[in-house]
Amino acid sequence: MRQVRHIFKKEFTAYFISPIAYIVISIFLLITGWFFFTPFFLYNQANLRNFFVLLPTVFSFVVPAVTMRLFSEEFNVGSYEILLTMPVTFRDVVLGKFLAAVAFLATMLLPTLAYPVFVSFLGQLDWGPVLGGYIGAILLGAAFSAVGLFASSLTRNQIVAFIIGMAVCFGLTLIDKMLFFLPHSLLGFFEYLGADFHFQNISKGVIDSRDVLYFMSVCFVGIYGARLAMEQRS
Amino acid sequence: MIHVENLTRYYGDLCAVNQINLDIRKGEILGLLGPNGAGKTTTLRMLTGFLRPSSGSIRVKDFSIDEDSLEIKKLLGYLPESAPLYHDMLVYDYLDYVADIRGLDRERKLSRIRRLADLCGLNEVMHQSIGELSKGFRQRVGLAHAMMDDPEILVMDEPTSGLDPNQIVEIRDIIRQIGKEKTVILSTHILSEAEATCDRIVIINQGRIVADGSTETLKQSAGGEYIINICLENADLEAAKGELHSIDGVAEVVPVDKEPGEKGDILHMRLTCRSPSDLRGEIYRKIRRTDWILLEFYQQKKTLEHVFRELTREN
Repeated sequence: MRQVRHIFKKEFTAYFISPIAYIVISIFLLITGWFFFTPFFLYNQANLRNFFVLLPTVFSFVVPAVTMRLFSEEFNVGSYEILLTMPVTFRDVVLGKFLAAVAFLATMLLPTLAYPVFVSFLGQLDWGPVLGGYIGAILLGAAFSAVGLFASSLTRNQIVAFIIGMAVCFGLTLIDKMLFFLPHSLLGFFEYLGADFHFQNISKGVIDSRDVLYFMSVCFVGIYGARLAMEQRS
Repeated sequence: MIHVENLTRYYGDLCAVNQINLDIRKGEILGLLGPNGAGKTTTLRMLTGFLRPSSGSIRVKDFSIDEDSLEIKKLLGYLPESAPLYHDMLVYDYLDYVADIRGLDRERKLSRIRRLADLCGLNEVMHQSIGELSKGFRQRVGLAHAMMDDPEILVMDEPTSGLDPNQIVEIRDIIRQIGKEKTVILSTHILSEAEATCDRIVIINQGRIVADGSTETLKQSAGGEYIINICLENADLEAAKGELHSIDGVAEVVPVDKEPGEKGDILHMRLTCRSPSDLRGEIYRKIRRTDWILLEFYQQKKTLEHVFRELTREN
């Protein structure tokens, strides 16, 4: 676990050394801010629904951009060789990088806490859904990070990693909206696969173990996939 | 110290390393030589646990690479070819990170970083980002990285490639200094470098070991063949050829082109000798009996380059 901590620390600070962090955070705040506040005064309701409804779609683009460099850059520069010849295991590397990405997403969400504070001045804000929404956002971000991490472990090209990650995340977001194409018997299964479906459940303020389990499973599959990809390379 | 048995590695169908057996003793500086694509880097990558062997075994001390690769990695310091480091990081931050991963405590970390900065001449670039450094400095950072935990075994892949002659000499000095106490394994295709730094040389070609020994043994072992050059005045080519050929052990006498601007009756010849003994005395006595004038007479030293070329020439 000690090694996970060191790798986490290095990866997390690496985000803030390069301009990536600042660009991604700015774009994220710009998009969510715009789409949240534009209809906010039209609906005239003191809640954060609009912010959370949009989050899975925004995360589908933002999270792969955050995770794309995690492995691809190391493969490309060759520092992967240096990393793996130090006394670390595959598990240490994967977990350290994964946690760094999740921590970065949490940092990115931090400024948006200004929204509920702002809204609470305007009207009677129900803090339950807000709290649920933020817990859901972290779970969703973690699941997408795992997907992005796996995409990054497949290729040395960051753009390819981004596109693969985005395609999978976007697919998971949209899948439960395309159910009318599918036969009735498969509906339940595909609905369960949809990240948006589970996220919207949580962001209503109801933290159901099925939804949490879903996000945990996606994390596990992504992390395990990245680990297998690392093993494949050695 | 290191025991390698039947080490083999395939990339798909391509066999990069084929049944290598090697025993490396403690305190040895071992040079791995070979043409490009011979399997040097693959061998080193397997030794450091970066690549898994397709078959065969590696043991370092009492650890096997399959089961205790983590323990082996703790004993090893590795400098990959062209030192691929994190370009965004500052030199100090990078060394600090490496020290953390290597599990150095705070006090030891500081003293090690200070010591390595002195040894590798990094003091002036400590607070620059690695991406801004010249290749030579990057190589030194890589070297400091490899030596962070004062490892018992230091593995280096082409440590001097891409450096200028002054830097090469500096890095070589550092290697020799480390080699006094540690086991060092380095790969190179620069022969003079191997000759200058290594106690023992292993030549690899097409994934197999074709020679293994000290520089001297390698030179001798490549057949008891050597070349003597002679320059005569006042001699007839045919007569000289006949006389010299009559010596037992002289296998071939070939006239060599004159040097530009030389007068007509000077004869240059190259004698290929296949004899365990030195034939120079006999050749001299032979010439003394004639009225030829001996202008030049010297034995060509067999260099490592000859040995290398002979062993790695493609058939």
